[in-house]
Amino acid sequence: MQEMSNTTTDIGEFEENTGEPEHRTRSRIWQGIFWVALIGFLLIAPALLYPVFVMQLLCFALFAAAFNLLIGFTGLLSFGHAAFFGGAAYIAGHALKVWGFPPLLGIATGTLFAAALGWAVGSLAIRRQGIYFAMITLALAQIVYFLVLQLPFTGGEDGLQGIPRGHLLGFIDLNQPLAMYYTVAAIFLIGFLVIYRIIHSPFGQVLLAIRENEPRALSLGYNVDRFKLLAFVLSAALAGLAGSTKALVFQFASLTDAHWQMSGEVILMTLLGGMGTIFGPVVGAFVVVALQHALSGIGSWVQVVIGGTFIACVLLFRRGIVGELARLLKINSL
Amino acid sequence: MDPMIRLILAQGMLGLNNGVFYAMLSLGLAVIFGLLNVVNFAHGALYMLGAFLALILYSYAGAWVGLDALHIGFWPALILAPLLVACFGMLIERFMLRRLYKLDPIYSLLLTFGVTLVLQGLFINFFNASGTPYPGMPESLRGVVNLGFMMFPKYRLFVIIFSIIVCFAVWYMIERTRIGSRLRAGTENPELVKAFGINVPLMVMLTFGFGTGLAGLAGVLAAPIYSVSPLMGANLIIVIFAVVVIGGMGSIAGAVLTGFALGLVEGITKVFYAPAANTVIFLLMVIVLLVRPNGLFGRQS
Amino acid sequence: MSTTTLTKPMLKIENLHAWYGESHVLHGINLELAEGQLITLLGRNGAGRSTTLRSIMGMVDRRTGSIAINGEEFITKPAHRITPDGRIGFCPEERGIFASLTVEENLMLPPAVGADGMSIEELFEMFPNLANVRKRMGTRLSGGEQQMLAIARILRTGARLLLLDEITEGLAPVIVKTLGRVIRDLKSRGYTIVLVEQNFRFAAPLADRHYVIEHGEVIDTIESADVESSMDRLNHYLSV
Repeated sequence: MQEMSNTTTDIGEFEENTGEPEHRTRSRIWQGIFWVALIGFLLIAPALLYPVFVMQLLCFALFAAAFNLLIGFTGLLSFGHAAFFGGAAYIAGHALKVWGFPPLLGIATGTLFAAALGWAVGSLAIRRQGIYFAMITLALAQIVYFLVLQLPFTGGEDGLQGIPRGHLLGFIDLNQPLAMYYTVAAIFLIGFLVIYRIIHSPFGQVLLAIRENEPRALSLGYNVDRFKLLAFVLSAALAGLAGSTKALVFQFASLTDAHWQMSGEVILMTLLGGMGTIFGPVVGAFVVVALQHALSGIGSWVQVVIGGTFIACVLLFRRGIVGELARLLKINSL
Repeated sequence: MDPMIRLILAQGMLGLNNGVFYAMLSLGLAVIFGLLNVVNFAHGALYMLGAFLALILYSYAGAWVGLDALHIGFWPALILAPLLVACFGMLIERFMLRRLYKLDPIYSLLLTFGVTLVLQGLFINFFNASGTPYPGMPESLRGVVNLGFMMFPKYRLFVIIFSIIVCFAVWYMIERTRIGSRLRAGTENPELVKAFGINVPLMVMLTFGFGTGLAGLAGVLAAPIYSVSPLMGANLIIVIFAVVVIGGMGSIAGAVLTGFALGLVEGITKVFYAPAANTVIFLLMVIVLLVRPNGLFGRQS
Repeated sequence: MSTTTLTKPMLKIENLHAWYGESHVLHGINLELAEGQLITLLGRNGAGRSTTLRSIMGMVDRRTGSIAINGEEFITKPAHRITPDGRIGFCPEERGIFASLTVEENLMLPPAVGADGMSIEELFEMFPNLANVRKRMGTRLSGGEQQMLAIARILRTGARLLLLDEITEGLAPVIVKTLGRVIRDLKSRGYTIVLVEQNFRFAAPLADRHYVIEHGEVIDTIESADVESSMDRLNHYLSV
């Protein structure tokens, strides 16, 4: 209705450099604790959990963090991020399998493809605002889905199978579970650090300004569309990095990676963890993936649970886990 | 008649038949969006619910109440199922959506997305995911009619005519009646309409019910044509979104016309390059975004 | 002059506070008027005059205090009950003509709140300009036509208490003159009227009493008989 004045402030509670110095120090301490916990987890996880499971977690965590760059820090809801995740998985898989690219080059190819696709989708979608943006991204992602389904090299309903893991830098055999694991952990960490840097760069501050008040950012002389497009391309590329890595780990790319339901899942991960928080998407991805594993025995009831979680998050829990935690700890950014 | 023209006409008719559903669903979506500023992602799922209710009324409801021989047929379902869907919609509005109006509209999109997953998941659990044929098509609508250029199923012709009447009636009600003028006023300035003493929250709830009821009605109409499946609405809603981006949600007539026209275009595309048929609407959306970003009937924002 | 306190007030507002979101905009408004009277709310832009009307209508986020109409308390009523229960007609500052409705549809939009509303014919007689454009869309009206439509619209409902917000703003002098005639006519027909006005020359001859509002409070009350002797004060209040 008409009362939309405080729309954007509710998307996330992230605000940089507000509050007194003591506040900021506390914020920094807690962020430090989260970083230590995250890196500690990355190091010892294979000793506690199945490496494959942890690698799946990390791929989705990176995917969600990339998505959060748009929804949480630019205020744009993309409903088509599966296109970048899944599309990159297919391209990386094809490069690795058919063209015989080495692992890192394969992943880079998938990531670059996602960036290019992100540029194409983004430049169309930013022509409309708000809710239309979401619908356009969803519809454009559906084109990608149909292409994946119909193009000759994708394997149709079966997906692209038998992607070789190969040797990292020519000598590290990625068929060794631990070698694969630490490669994925490193990719995740690099991707996550890139996102962290983007958020805290002057560029990221402009994105925040756009999220808070687009007309004002425009009147301050920022080329809002260019900032939005660049954010979209970066987010798509990082989602592609996650998708390519997943294709390498699981050695196949499947239709589900490109399906709209995947776009929905990444939204849920981010929403549940906390839109506009730094660590939220990682936490959200962990919870959703763990939930799916725990419930894998009950068939499509999983979908009911996921849908129910969506409803509950939107109605009762819009700050998400990390957002609520930050509020309890009385800090601005976590 | 030239076989090519004959083929185009035939595919055009089949396309028009899909266009019926595009038109009815985007109409409901536009009615809801106008007053509530909500994009109802669950619209496809409610269409699916309408089709399933028709199926359930025919095949199961009798047995549930201990009357195995009772089959509630197509005509009663055409009234009952949309009413039930409308009631379900009103419950969602009253207890969920209403709490989100002061927030960014993306939250209501996400909420209705969650509703979609729940509905879809439930029906996948209880029914065959690949679809169940609807056995209750009325005797009077079976068979074919000769249109001169093709033999066309009588039922499909009925659906086309019936839905054109429904769309026109809805358009007339909104654009030409007293109730419709309140709705349009509410779309523009709900606060002032409330100050005039009109119960806007009630109007909003009824409007949402009406829009979702239209989706349910489309579902009943679809049941005898397509097999009734839990996923029948999911893929459709994405096409509908593209239709709505092309037409713009600002105009009732625009939503309806765009829906019919795109069905037609899709059907004719089948004649020339069949693989493109399921993407042609999306490609048209891309073209519209490039040349007329606000949509064909969209108001300049 | 204490004639007003002898009659029972039709509208009596006591200690009215109002908020938009977090911002506290009215800080205890007190005013009253008896049936058939006309008062004005004077003051600078942003002083809280329009907000006072919007508070009566329930169009603010939160309000406290007391708003009594014919002795009945209205502060707790839901927004859509206020107009029918109080038989109020509200004419908002931005006029509130619906662009997607025709003149006739705009006129017919508000539900009746009493039996003795004016008929369409009477209204077209009062505002002849409107009769010529009855099928035209709300967007395609001049400012004067919009204002007349906004007034006509609430007269049709049978409202007895009219809240008119800045009806002369931005209009040509000849139209302002017509509006002055209309208001006088309405007063003689027994309507009770609250007028928010910037144009003191327009308001002065019509009003029984003036309330001067500043910073969300009534800072002065001037009876019409005392206007002449209070001109210095008034000029001070209203000077920019």
